[in-house]
Amino acid sequence: MLRIEGLTAEIDGKEILKGIDLEVPTGEVHAIMGPNGSGKSTLSYVLSGREGYEVTGGSATLDGVDILAMEPEERAAAGLFLAFQYPVELPGVGNVTFLRTALNAIRKGRGESELDAMQFLKLARERMKALSMPEDMLKRGVNVGFSGGEKKRNEILQMALLQPSMAILDETDSGLDIDALKIVSDGVNAMRGPNFSALVITHYQRLLDYIVPDRVHVLMQGRIVKSGGPELAQELEAQGYGAVQNAA
Amino acid sequence: MTAPVPTGAAGFLARYEGLKDHLPGARKPWLNTLRADAAVHFAARGFPTRRVEQWKYTDLAPVAQAHFAEPLTMVEGALALPVPNAAHRAVFVDGRFRPDLSALEGLPFRAVGLAQHLNDAETFLGSLAKPESEPLAALNTMLFEDGLFIDVPDGVDGGLLELVSITVDPGRPFAFHPRHLFRLGAGASLTLIETATGRGQCLHNPVFEIDVAEGATLTHGRMLQEEATVFHLSTIYATIAGGGTYDNFTVAAGPRLTRNEIHAALTGPKAACHMNGAQMAADGQHVDTTTALDHAAPDCASRQTYKTVLAGRARGVFQGKILVRREAQKTDGYQMNQALLLSEDAEIDSKPQLEIYADDVKCSHGATVGALDADSLFYLRARGIPESQAKAMLVEAFLHEAVETVSDETLRGALTRALDAWWSRQGQAA
Repeated sequence: MLRIEGLTAEIDGKEILKGIDLEVPTGEVHAIMGPNGSGKSTLSYVLSGREGYEVTGGSATLDGVDILAMEPEERAAAGLFLAFQYPVELPGVGNVTFLRTALNAIRKGRGESELDAMQFLKLARERMKALSMPEDMLKRGVNVGFSGGEKKRNEILQMALLQPSMAILDETDSGLDIDALKIVSDGVNAMRGPNFSALVITHYQRLLDYIVPDRVHVLMQGRIVKSGGPELAQELEAQGYGAVQNAA
Repeated sequence: MTAPVPTGAAGFLARYEGLKDHLPGARKPWLNTLRADAAVHFAARGFPTRRVEQWKYTDLAPVAQAHFAEPLTMVEGALALPVPNAAHRAVFVDGRFRPDLSALEGLPFRAVGLAQHLNDAETFLGSLAKPESEPLAALNTMLFEDGLFIDVPDGVDGGLLELVSITVDPGRPFAFHPRHLFRLGAGASLTLIETATGRGQCLHNPVFEIDVAEGATLTHGRMLQEEATVFHLSTIYATIAGGGTYDNFTVAAGPRLTRNEIHAALTGPKAACHMNGAQMAADGQHVDTTTALDHAAPDCASRQTYKTVLAGRARGVFQGKILVRREAQKTDGYQMNQALLLSEDAEIDSKPQLEIYADDVKCSHGATVGALDADSLFYLRARGIPESQAKAMLVEAFLHEAVETVSDETLRGALTRALDAWWSRQGQAA
């Protein structure tokens, strides 16, 4: 379970998160919706440990363990996964090397044995097939020359391989056509179960038609201003963020 | 105890005066003249200082101020040779050809020690080197004792040959100046993989004269991996005739000071020259790649990609001059140098220089300098990869990009291992 209490954070001295309280119980998928500039991406970066964000107060724990004191790789080993809004291109780093290194680093952290090249390829091919990814994406540089949709599918592939207990999906729907959106959503839905939670960050309600959340939270100006069931997403879509803000 | 007297230019000149009647070929008037002329040039200039434009960023004072003895004794017995990449190899120990350690039988061309075959080198030796312009070439000409002499006849595919240079620490500093001569006849081809390893405080000052005839191809991979006590100053002179190709890839990773200086002239139509490389340096080391490319004929292509990785207080230099003469129409020239600085104390000086006198040419150059990309590093770490390993992956990716251009698989493998070896040494040092 992810528990965030009174989390405040700033970047370059400017306060972006102004006291976030949020709980995502194990096995549930929650959505965070909010307008541009509300702090959605900042929350995802603060939770995953990107440099440049200063936590000024509050706490965040994953299954009772304080993650804010950890290095990014330790958070990943603890079960946290961030699907990037803008996946980075890494020329010269082969996708297969990258995926296998990441998986083995995580497995090592969990006390599991590392996979050799053959075992890894077998697993990767299975997972790729489920995501309708062409096999040559393994041979290319990480995200190099990938289309927007391919990059997002590569993020979901990483999630499927690393098997996190808590995934943060940062605007995973941005730049996706309807077919890619469906494939990506199927990939996330396939992960759902009693040991998997997710925080789906999105600007639009569209993604939530495919990944139906247990709870929806509205983030505005660095605070959760409203929470509700999946119907809240539809409400927002119909009335806009302005209506929520006025009511709040 | 007093400090040893610096050898310096005067010391090397005195050494030449003392040795000139005993050096290999001392009874050959043509060679005596060549050496004597070189001595005049070296006497006039001495070691280049930073006031000389081509040496503005590389200070040879540590070389000029060091004391060097000559390697007077031959090292006998078994030596730890690098893992062979090829079936055929020519081995030099402290600059001297060692037939007992070499494996040259069955080669479809002649590869011999120069000292024993100077008679055959009369027309070639000194035909390309310019002791009047480059003092280090003058020093080499004055004092060279041996080298590898290769002559691949017209139309012959010479396969793969390895050139191994080893220095053995004699417990005192010494200098050696090998002279290597490579001649490829029309349509001939050869892949040469060169490894320089060694220890001790020494100056390794090789000069190469390379003649690639019409339609011939020489692939020349160089791995300069001596220890951080060694000064490695090499100068290559290559001339490439019409339709010929000279392909040089150099990994410089190890010596205290490395100068990789290449002069290449494209003298016939449709000749090509590829000069690529990766140079790496850590605390206290200095790496310098200086190229001068002379496009003297039409329809020629040149490609240069150099990568530099600097850690600690390392210094790096890239100087690349491309001259396109009036008659060299339809020249296609490209030069790129990229530097990755792993610390705030590292420094790179980069100087591209284009001189173009023809009006119908395509010539481009570029340079980048930067630190490891923070976003890339975070992306890898967010996937559970520890920081040191993530950095290693990004540095390797940067370096391997350069090696990807090498088409010969054996050479590519050898170069990749050389890059990885350097990086793993950094990891242990850090």
